Amino acid sequence: MNVAAPFEGIGASVRRKEDFRFLQGRGAYTDDFNRQGQLYAWIVRSPHAHARIKGVDTSAASRMPGVVAVFTGADMAKDNVGGLPCGWQIHNKDGSPMAEPPHPVLAVDKVRHVGDPVAVAIAATRQQARDAAEAVGVDYEVLPAAVSMDAALKAGAPQVHDGAPGNLCYDWHIGDKAVVDAAFASAAKVVKLDLVNNRLIPNAMEPRAALGEFDPTTGDYTLHTTSQNPHVIRLLMGANVLHIPESKLRVVAPDVGGGFGSKIYHYAEEAIVTWSAGKLARPVKWTADRTESFMSDAHGRDHVSHTELALDADGKFLGLRVSTLANMGAYLSTFAPCVPTYLYATLLAGVYTTPVIYCEVKAVFTNTVPVDAYRGAGRPEATFLLERLMDVAALETGIDRVELRRRNFIPTDAFPYQTPVALQYDSGNYHATLDQALKASDWAGFEARRAEAAKRGKLRGIGISTYLEACGIAPSAVVGSLGARAGLYEVGTIRVHPTGSVTVLTGAHSHGQGHETTFCQLVADKLGVPVAQVDIVHGDTAKVPFGMGTYGSRSLAVGGSAMMKAMDKIIAKGKRIAAHLMEADVDDIEFERGIFRVAGTDKTKALVDISVAAYVPHNYPIEELEPGLEETAFYDPKNFTYPGGCHIAEVEICPETGKVSMVNFTAVDDVGRVINPMIVEGQVQGGIAQGIGQALLETCVYDADGQLLSGSMMDYTMPRADDLAPVSVATHTTLCTHNPLGVKGCGEVGAIGSPPAVINAVVDALRDYGVRTLDMPATPSKIWGIINGGRRMAAE
Amino acid sequence: MYDFAYHKPATVADAVKLLADPDAKAISGGHTLIPALKHRLNKPSAVVDLSGIAEMKGIKRVGNAIVIGALTRHVEVATSAEVKAAIPALAYLASHIGDVQVRNRGTLGGSVSNNDPAADYPAAVLGLGATIHTSKRKIAADDFFQGMFTTALEQDEILTAIEFPIPEKAGYAKMKNPASRYVMAGVFVAKTGGAVRVAVNGAGPCVFRQADMEKALAANWSADAVAGVKQSADGLNGDIHGSAEYRAHLVGVMAKRAIAAAG
Repeated sequence: MNVAAPFEGIGASVRRKEDFRFLQGRGAYTDDFNRQGQLYAWIVRSPHAHARIKGVDTSAASRMPGVVAVFTGADMAKDNVGGLPCGWQIHNKDGSPMAEPPHPVLAVDKVRHVGDPVAVAIAATRQQARDAAEAVGVDYEVLPAAVSMDAALKAGAPQVHDGAPGNLCYDWHIGDKAVVDAAFASAAKVVKLDLVNNRLIPNAMEPRAALGEFDPTTGDYTLHTTSQNPHVIRLLMGANVLHIPESKLRVVAPDVGGGFGSKIYHYAEEAIVTWSAGKLARPVKWTADRTESFMSDAHGRDHVSHTELALDADGKFLGLRVSTLANMGAYLSTFAPCVPTYLYATLLAGVYTTPVIYCEVKAVFTNTVPVDAYRGAGRPEATFLLERLMDVAALETGIDRVELRRRNFIPTDAFPYQTPVALQYDSGNYHATLDQALKASDWAGFEARRAEAAKRGKLRGIGISTYLEACGIAPSAVVGSLGARAGLYEVGTIRVHPTGSVTVLTGAHSHGQGHETTFCQLVADKLGVPVAQVDIVHGDTAKVPFGMGTYGSRSLAVGGSAMMKAMDKIIAKGKRIAAHLMEADVDDIEFERGIFRVAGTDKTKALVDISVAAYVPHNYPIEELEPGLEETAFYDPKNFTYPGGCHIAEVEICPETGKVSMVNFTAVDDVGRVINPMIVEGQVQGGIAQGIGQALLETCVYDADGQLLSGSMMDYTMPRADDLAPVSVATHTTLCTHNPLGVKGCGEVGAIGSPPAVINAVVDALRDYGVRTLDMPATPSKIWGIINGGRRMAAE
Repeated sequence: MYDFAYHKPATVADAVKLLADPDAKAISGGHTLIPALKHRLNKPSAVVDLSGIAEMKGIKRVGNAIVIGALTRHVEVATSAEVKAAIPALAYLASHIGDVQVRNRGTLGGSVSNNDPAADYPAAVLGLGATIHTSKRKIAADDFFQGMFTTALEQDEILTAIEFPIPEKAGYAKMKNPASRYVMAGVFVAKTGGAVRVAVNGAGPCVFRQADMEKALAANWSADAVAGVKQSADGLNGDIHGSAEYRAHLVGVMAKRAIAAAG
């Protein structure tokens, strides 16, 4: 019996191949790898936010049971170990480069945040290493700390780095201030808003881990690490820190349990275990516990902004002025400087036709954990600012908030659309996503729901966000001109095996995204090979050509495009082989889903016939064609991609306790062509969960001395299932015009679009209390304070 | 965690002997001690595992009281037909402690001995005017809870059971800390033998009785009666999740809800 195989190509919700091993506990994460003779590292971390190191005494620790070595920053300096590099250079308004102070792997003279690594104890067991680490005596002279950005920028503030006077990393801007000021001078109305974008702690489910190995026979180093981009780690660590040729350094990122950006960066512990493995000629493993994760994984967000919007009498936007302080933390993490600049200020046009925009950003060093990209990176900050501003502008102009947005949307026929802040949008239909979301959320019927809730004593509110993001990062030449020290292309290799199965090598890395399924679907769609016969290889610099990894919703738009290009090459070569085998002209060969056909005839060859011929070239055009069927393509995107859409949140507030409950969430996103709808829905849901987390629950709190008060799950509120609402996710597609798949990316849209929708809903619910500004997270105590204050005002 | 000796006695008498060592710690469900050990916040010489002591287990009705062995897990209290029939508010409280995993491991005796200000059980013990049975005596709830993580228990004294008088009415309501989901402010109200008791947990450094609410409820058992009672913020806890004033306010809200739940 011949049963038609289920469709597995583009658009099919193929079940995730990787879940079979994950659900059975068979994933292989970095900490699952153990080697003969393996040692364990425990990092001695600073308990102080800011202190001078007067001395480090390792003598007692070195004599403890099982201890093999205790290393300090001085030991690394003797070995000429370099500092952790920064991958992006921003220039100040005056053209001078940003302050880029050294970031030693192990602190030498000073510690600059709680958790800053000072020494490492290496022993036969993890417990022994920890015992020894506790016995390391560090003589600290505690210094006053600059903890908040406000405090750090004050005259006479404690200096985090001697090389960054006034704790200023850079003072950057974009746009023509004079032109923008002129627009404001002619405005009928100016709306102003101050906002804080709260600092977040990423909390991937799998804590970071690293296993360093050294083979004294060959001189080869291997690092297994929890990374989103192993080639980037190999490049940065090999070239800048440990001076190991890339040919002698293999970096493997095996299964990785979530990253959200926090596993992009090159961290000290990776260099520590690799270098120690070389010194000791034994494998050295480090695995963070959750407490270490809180104080050593790069944090996210942390902006303070003042913004002003100029409008004409009809509510059309005339200009936008933004001034932002962005926290860098104590050191520059790998991509930190680009987040509040090119991933933020360039997004300030949003989906609107604002003709002129000026934004200035001061990046500030503080005695806190370094801050870098976290799911959305800069774009959530821009979106929150814009979409809060929209609601305040609606309130103050008396124009309905949906109408105000609509009136300023970039028209559907205006693409390609050049914004005043560098980006050129290729496609989108903001009216369509808005209309679809309004309908799906029954926006029109909301007042009845508000009235019904009021009968139950609840304050119900609805909020909207019409957002846009730039992802598919990024055209190398463009980012290079903006200060990136890396290219941002991607690589894909398609290896068709002799018997027709396919291995795909990709520089993208999956840590939850479902690449092992989605990428197979591209092959199924294009080459007609069943998903079960396609395997994805990623995360190993010894196997995969130099690729740039996964972040910025780039894997499909950039990595997938590389695969498409490589498959084009496979097909082109396959046609030549087919033409030879079928004694036809190559121009007469057609290819569709695995079948080569001589046009207009019933003469066909399957892909497997071609692959057999390619690897067993007995009857083969060997004079003009090399054997084998394997092609590699590097794809450098022509532009960013621009997903966008509309998120609508509905909340209910208990006025007695101030608790905000999510009751409904509707997302309509334009992510371009959808390869696997189920995976897209999951990605968007996950992003929305993080967005709701930021809006209602999560925030990183330091005390005035720089101690991390939200340093564990006891005090840092991660979203739980019952904090969320039923989430309805739909897509409305306009195709990306400049990549071969028409895809835009879906990894970050949820986290970008949702926070302002939620806060706008909370503000709407509190409309009788005169709320204008509401900083995230909207915790029960904060909301109660507003309600309580409001009642007091009413009584006075 | 640091190394320690491990003992698993089969009788209360043996456990008491082992706990004569001032650096030894008793463990029951382990939901407080194990995390402390893992964080190296505690370095006991020995851990005395009480879970093998049969005489400390079980739920029984004795006269006009429910007596619950110290080793009884939260899930057992939450699902006990005896408790649900006699003191439904106590079963309700147990069914809302932590999450499923916590309720399957944590025990009544462990929670009450630890006297975490944000724990649930102390509110029921004080609110119901329970009697604590120990390896050497019986202690009234009013004398048992002495301050943050401090009780009347001596080092070598083990809480063996708690005797809860069966009330005419009782109810419990709490506001959870958003992060830890421990109690941020909770109120247990009970009318037992005509006497009203109101116990507040979470809000202060130790569970305490709210005398003004007790007086108001004794005169008029209704949510309205406590609406006029203002809980002072003096001495209450304040942290990144809420000020003392917020917690004081929540005490009033939770009291009304507890009364509504009690009926």
